[in-house]
Amino acid sequence: MKKVLFYTNQFFGQIGGEAEAYQKPFIEQGARGNAQAFVPLLEDAEIVATIVCGDNYYAENMDEVKAFVEAQITELSPDLIIAGPAFNAGRFGIACADICKDAVQKMHVEAITGLYEENPAVEMYRKDIYILKVGKSAAAMRKAVKLMAGFANKLLAGKEIGLPKEEGYYPKGKRVNVFRQKNGAERAMDMLLKKLKGEPYETELEISVYEKVKPAEGLDTLAGKKIALCTSGGIVAFGNPDHMPAATAKFFKQYSIEGMDGLKAGEFESVHAGYDPVYANLDPNRVAPLDVLRMMEKEGKIGSIYPYLTTTTGNSTSVADATRMGMEIGAILSNAGVDGVILTST
Amino acid sequence: MHLELRKIKIQNIAFGEENVIRDHVLYLNKESLAEEVMKDKRIKKVDFDIARPGESVRIIPVKDVIEPRAKLEGDIFPGIFKETMEEGGYGVTYALKGCAVTTTGPIVGFQEGLIDMSGPAAEYTPFSKLNHLVMVIEKQPEFDAHEHEQMVRMAGIRLAAFVGQLAVGQEEYESEEYTWDSIGEKYAQYPDLPKVVYVYNCMSQGLLHDTYFYGRDSKQMVPTMITPLEVMDGALVSGNCVSPGSKTTTWHHLNNAVIEECMKKHGKEINFMGIVLNPLMVSLKEKYRDCMLTVRMVEMLGADGVIISQEGFGNPTTDLMLVCQGLEKRGIKTVIITNEDAGVDGMSESLPDSVTEADAIVSTGNSNATIMLPKMEKTIGVLSDVAKTTGGNVDSIQDDGRLLIEIHGIMGGHNLQGNTYLGAITI
Repeated sequence: MKKVLFYTNQFFGQIGGEAEAYQKPFIEQGARGNAQAFVPLLEDAEIVATIVCGDNYYAENMDEVKAFVEAQITELSPDLIIAGPAFNAGRFGIACADICKDAVQKMHVEAITGLYEENPAVEMYRKDIYILKVGKSAAAMRKAVKLMAGFANKLLAGKEIGLPKEEGYYPKGKRVNVFRQKNGAERAMDMLLKKLKGEPYETELEISVYEKVKPAEGLDTLAGKKIALCTSGGIVAFGNPDHMPAATAKFFKQYSIEGMDGLKAGEFESVHAGYDPVYANLDPNRVAPLDVLRMMEKEGKIGSIYPYLTTTTGNSTSVADATRMGMEIGAILSNAGVDGVILTST
Repeated sequence: MHLELRKIKIQNIAFGEENVIRDHVLYLNKESLAEEVMKDKRIKKVDFDIARPGESVRIIPVKDVIEPRAKLEGDIFPGIFKETMEEGGYGVTYALKGCAVTTTGPIVGFQEGLIDMSGPAAEYTPFSKLNHLVMVIEKQPEFDAHEHEQMVRMAGIRLAAFVGQLAVGQEEYESEEYTWDSIGEKYAQYPDLPKVVYVYNCMSQGLLHDTYFYGRDSKQMVPTMITPLEVMDGALVSGNCVSPGSKTTTWHHLNNAVIEECMKKHGKEINFMGIVLNPLMVSLKEKYRDCMLTVRMVEMLGADGVIISQEGFGNPTTDLMLVCQGLEKRGIKTVIITNEDAGVDGMSESLPDSVTEADAIVSTGNSNATIMLPKMEKTIGVLSDVAKTTGGNVDSIQDDGRLLIEIHGIMGGHNLQGNTYLGAITI
């Protein structure tokens, strides 16, 4: 028989209302409060214990409560954690989702909760855990318990989890490849015909809307300023000793350019697969113009050049990887007291 | 305009004494093939091999895949071999189905991919279902990357035309008739059907990123109206290896899945009004101009709806979005076909550019998803070049000989003309 550990708050754990929101976490054997509603629906599994914790106590002592839950997990080694459902309750929702995330990521135990779609915890945690889509308030408890218990049974039995829509969980946002019945052109025609007729159709990819990155204000003067040279044009040390990929790079490199008047062919080369590299290999300054920058330094037009070329391959790079690398590079340059950056792309 | 396509089924390829098609087997004489290829003095060496569906064979790095075709009268691939040319899309064309001329050899640049004839990668691409005449080409040392690309490309096309010629006179074939009328005639024929135009994006960005239209570099053209029939005759030739998975090979141009779908539905559910070929250029200024002209041409064709096929990713996504936005703003319903770069874990945003008007997208899958490929008994080409292919890297070859790559690296694995079955969902 599989073991389930249950987490709930002071209200559903039948301690009391808002007055008991500072209840410290405690554990009780078996199913307590709303956990009892799950008991008849779980197949070949039992709720071995219920943890009850006040919402305010959790909000103000998150690490302590998580440590408490972790200790219970170590003690009981449950197969699954069920938290909530928390419906549209803000504090309780975050507590449930946070407990679940901790269980999954730190304790490697599967964990689920149930939340209403407007509960802020949905957006905060949907990437990390299975959050079942439930109603707004406790009036929807019966339906919520049925959905969550059904999902719990599937997880416990090791059955394949279906699509978010079929199973009733919020999509985690992970894109997964699948083979379809029709080829892409046939699907495009089907979609177009529906769109033309005004019939409902489903796009295969919801478009992401990006915030435009606002460039920093320009420098008033270049005189005396420290300028860094960055490129996504895949210029690396000749022979590519750091194994920079031709596409989908997930890291950037910094090469010392101290004392160099420019980037020499044979010392640097392009490994970028997204453009014709012949001209960049003949003269890497065409992509990362150190030669001109050095001249400007000598002429006193700029103060100095940051002594490293920061480089990656910007080709088929995912937006997430690009964003992360941008943050990391920004931090390094900012710490090094760089005033301005020339970032070249290809 | 009328074209008859005579399709001849090829079930196997074998080397022999003579060049002939007999009982669906393509017999080829290696010496005569070599003679044809070596007419180009820049080529140092050529070897031929055969790869068949189901075999434990990997071809890498693949530069182009070409279906052998020939005209009963006139030139296949018009404008490619000669200065003078006749318009494609008329008369009778022969096509050898089930086989291809495939070019490989030392790598020209970073990005050419692989074809596995069996195993998990074979499920992704139509190329694993073809019999390949594989040509391994080595250049004379003095020629640079641009000439290298050109000689390999031309050798492939020339040999596909040479082999295609064997079809002429064959009496057993499946015939398909295509008619292409003027815009006015189409209006009159099907006044009640929604008018659909196909926007055909093609890469036009330099070495290994080019397309040839009647033998001329597509960088040197503005968007133009073309006919589906001339495309079947090889008016478009690929000089592009953008990224193997999403690359449009010459085989894809000849067998364009969107054209096929539009022709199938024409006169029944849609009125297929035309195709606008849109070169995807490097600079923003050219992108804006070309997308503007494309939208205008689509509008002039009277389109109610449009399918846009994509080539490449990254900066070409901007062209895709600009055209989509321009069309939707004019009330023309638009569907896009694109791949995704959602990261190895699938958790990233999928596209590097977006417009809110792009509300109908067909996804050919997440290119960044990884796949472990088994060791093959035989490699045609150079396996270590996987380090330089899109989707591969120096760590791709495992100690036990297996290959870990992103699906990007599989030639034709998620073609952006919608030739494949891969898609992606959010979980």
